[in-house]
Amino acid sequence: MTAAVTAPSSLRDSGARVFRRTVPLTLGALALLAVLGALLIGGGSWPAALSVDLSEPLSSVSDWIIDNRDSHPLFLYFFGHISNAVTLSVRGVYLLLLAAGWAGVTAAAGLIAWRVAGVRLAVTAAAAFAVCGLLGMWVPTMQTLALMIVAVAASVLLGALLGLAAGLSDRTFRALRPVLDTMQVLPAFAYLLPVVLVFGIGVPAAVLATVVYAAPPMARLTALGLRDADPGVLEASASLGATRRQRLLSARVPLARKELLLGVNQSIMMALSMAVIASVIGAGGLGDRVYQALASVDVGAALAAGIPIVLLAVVFDRTAAAAGDDDTGPVALPSRLGWALALAGTLLVAVAGRLAGRQEWPQSWYVAIAEPVNRAVDWMTAHLYSGVPVIGGTADWAAGFTAWVLDPLRDGLQALPWWAMLLLVGALALLIGTWRTALTAVLAMAAIGVLGVWNDSLDTLAQVLAAVAVTLVLGFAVAVAAARSARVERVLRPVLDVFQTMPQFVYLIPVVALFGVGRAPAVAAAVVYALPAVVRITTQGLRGVDPVAMESARSLGATGWQQLRQVQLPLARPALLLAVNQGVVLVLAVVIIGGLVGGGALGYQVVFGLAQGDLATGLVAGAAIVCLGLMLDRVTQPARKEA
Amino acid sequence: MRTTLPARRVRKAAVAVPAALGLLALTGCGAADMTKQASPYAAAQGTRSVTLSTQSWVGAQANVAVAKYLLEHELGYRVDTVQVDEVPAWDALSQGRVDALLEDWGHPEQQQRYVEDKKTIVSGGGLGVTGHIGWFVPTYFAKQHPDVTDWKNLDKYAAQLRSGESGGKGQLLDGSPSYVTNDTALVKNLKLDYKVVFAGSEAAQITQIKQFAKEKKPFLTYWYSPQWLFTKVPMTEVKLPPHKEGCDADPDKVACAYPHTPLEKFLNAGFARKGGDAAAFLKKFRWTTEQQNEVALMIADQKLSPDEAAEKWVKANKPTWQSWLP
Repeated sequence: MTAAVTAPSSLRDSGARVFRRTVPLTLGALALLAVLGALLIGGGSWPAALSVDLSEPLSSVSDWIIDNRDSHPLFLYFFGHISNAVTLSVRGVYLLLLAAGWAGVTAAAGLIAWRVAGVRLAVTAAAAFAVCGLLGMWVPTMQTLALMIVAVAASVLLGALLGLAAGLSDRTFRALRPVLDTMQVLPAFAYLLPVVLVFGIGVPAAVLATVVYAAPPMARLTALGLRDADPGVLEASASLGATRRQRLLSARVPLARKELLLGVNQSIMMALSMAVIASVIGAGGLGDRVYQALASVDVGAALAAGIPIVLLAVVFDRTAAAAGDDDTGPVALPSRLGWALALAGTLLVAVAGRLAGRQEWPQSWYVAIAEPVNRAVDWMTAHLYSGVPVIGGTADWAAGFTAWVLDPLRDGLQALPWWAMLLLVGALALLIGTWRTALTAVLAMAAIGVLGVWNDSLDTLAQVLAAVAVTLVLGFAVAVAAARSARVERVLRPVLDVFQTMPQFVYLIPVVALFGVGRAPAVAAAVVYALPAVVRITTQGLRGVDPVAMESARSLGATGWQQLRQVQLPLARPALLLAVNQGVVLVLAVVIIGGLVGGGALGYQVVFGLAQGDLATGLVAGAAIVCLGLMLDRVTQPARKEA
Repeated sequence: MRTTLPARRVRKAAVAVPAALGLLALTGCGAADMTKQASPYAAAQGTRSVTLSTQSWVGAQANVAVAKYLLEHELGYRVDTVQVDEVPAWDALSQGRVDALLEDWGHPEQQQRYVEDKKTIVSGGGLGVTGHIGWFVPTYFAKQHPDVTDWKNLDKYAAQLRSGESGGKGQLLDGSPSYVTNDTALVKNLKLDYKVVFAGSEAAQITQIKQFAKEKKPFLTYWYSPQWLFTKVPMTEVKLPPHKEGCDADPDKVACAYPHTPLEKFLNAGFARKGGDAAAFLKKFRWTTEQQNEVALMIADQKLSPDEAAEKWVKANKPTWQSWLP
């Protein structure tokens, strides 16, 4: 929040300047109002009279579902069939993958990557699959892959259909947009519980939760791509006598190709990031290995299962990105012949593998990384935990951070009268966005009060704010360095890739070993997760600054620091705001998972609800998280450019 | 025309995807590992396979690992395991997503609903292990301050047990939200100057305990036996007001210690009837606390995989498991 408000000045139009001058005034007035109000009316927490207790109805819903799950037609003829279809598809893909054997799958991955993106990526893809085998994770990788293929196919199909509807009809677009916007900020952990209640633990529930998470970006990008189609081209195709259907298929869809492929890419990445979270509800595969390793506090084993997830993500991401760029594809072979060759190659290798009796990854090829990793982690935590000279140990930092940042922030927010909180949220959203975003933000905040989890939500909010502040400070510092030097950026890229795709569960334990149980490790995990995105967006923003402006600043004798402060940062303002916005949403997602390491508040309630099958606690906390996410997103959402 | 090519490709894909899915749906009749948990709506399968639920603590993993090894190597079944929390496991058991739950710590509400009312779950007999939950301090601390082992003296030590999360009170470290616990009520009803801090997962709790132990710092924690961590970090139980039958009936008014619970096995009702050798074997499966701990230690401490640990134990203890076979 703070970083967004103090975002660089020197906006050109005078309206904005007046606006900016009013910022401190408004904030000062608000603060005064809050203090006065607290003294006069008495403030504090959301009044009980204005909240609704949902536990009674929610428990009865939960009971009804449990009692009728095995007999009611809704379940027998609707959910049952969905569940069956999912199970059968996953099973089919899994059998296919197993039948191809490790050699066949590796060859297929390499050849597909070769066709889509060229030789370099082909080598990377084949190597990635080989590493999965080396780590002794072949079968779990195939299980995850099968689940992912089905989930991504369903997400892309569903997303494309929704996007098509929204792209062609304005009314659908208007109706769908708020839903998609909300889905975008929804932490996956929040809605596992209802899915489990209906479908029970297992693969169908996991696939459906993944689809709910991965379909929205596809829908959103499809709709955007279709709506942005060049009217000139459409006009031309219409004048050639094309029917509506022909126009759609021969002009609009091809023109939206880039967005469609980006949508597929996004869906894949979102689905993969669910792989581990979904293991909490029985997804199996790699996620389950990570989750089980967590139970015996075995970081090495968790990492061994986490690396294949990272590799899959990197390979998919690069392949899909290459498919989006028209020129990178190899043009040496005619497309059809190339694909035929790829197919033949795969078959050949698969059959050869089969004949050689080598369908399963040979055990003697395993490389055990768990033990050295565990030793390294032990060494690190043993030496950093406490008693490091001068700077103190991580445990001391955590205690200091909790006592001096998290506690005052939480207590401050909770002491704030509820109406002052609403005012503050509204004012901030108005400063950065429009009255529309302000309204949504205030309503979302009020909804939290109505749900009766005001204090817990503010506790979570305090953690989010602290984590965002740390993320932004670190992220901007790294990004400035990366924007200045291409070498730094090159070194940074794989690191960012790894941290962006590494399942959070893998580093939860080292984080606890370093920072102890409590809110501090939750914040630390959130920072680790959100940092890559913030660094990326900021670097891109700083890089994108017009070189002419930089040159002229330099010729005027500005120092490096001056250039940065007075030219680069102001010009990159939109990118910086986007970084803040992304940072906030990502941080919230992990602060919730922080419930697993003592973060308490809403995260703990969601975890509790899942563990105890307690819909009342879990769903209310989940809804509060959604509201919190919505509020944070709207408050940090810069006003869209008026076309 | 350049633009028609991708269009055709997209159209082809639009046809190909559902077609492929439909095809795959047809081919999926054979046996497969992960997805064997057929949906509860499907007809029961005749294949010889068993799905066991494993909980997040290592003791439960040990039960499952040994049962799995014997089912696979002695009885020729294929065994799948699913990691599920305790209460959802009851749910999954009643739906037939899992066939058996090998270690239950007492869930009267679920027992009433599924065993008594719906009759979808039946008891599989005792596991042979007796579980006990309690409050523990590290033995090194108890030796220095012998009176800490009585709850009445706990307040004296609250200042030493403070943490960043306990807000000026002493910290009582609790673990996973899925575990059976009355601690919040206990602290309130015994009027102790403590705050229950939920670690959120057993992994986080163990990590924190190990870190404390490395530094020889005092701590007070919710813990349970049998648990392998006792051999790594010796802990002494704090005596709470004695447990009497029914003193924990009202969860808000509990002011007594946790009971000693004979851990029980539960089977899906259909599986118990039609499960053949596997069901008979799981009903007979019964071992001691020490035996369970032996396997648990191999998994958690020596970092053997559960399968390896089970294999090692089974090879060395033939007389024990011989009697479990039908």
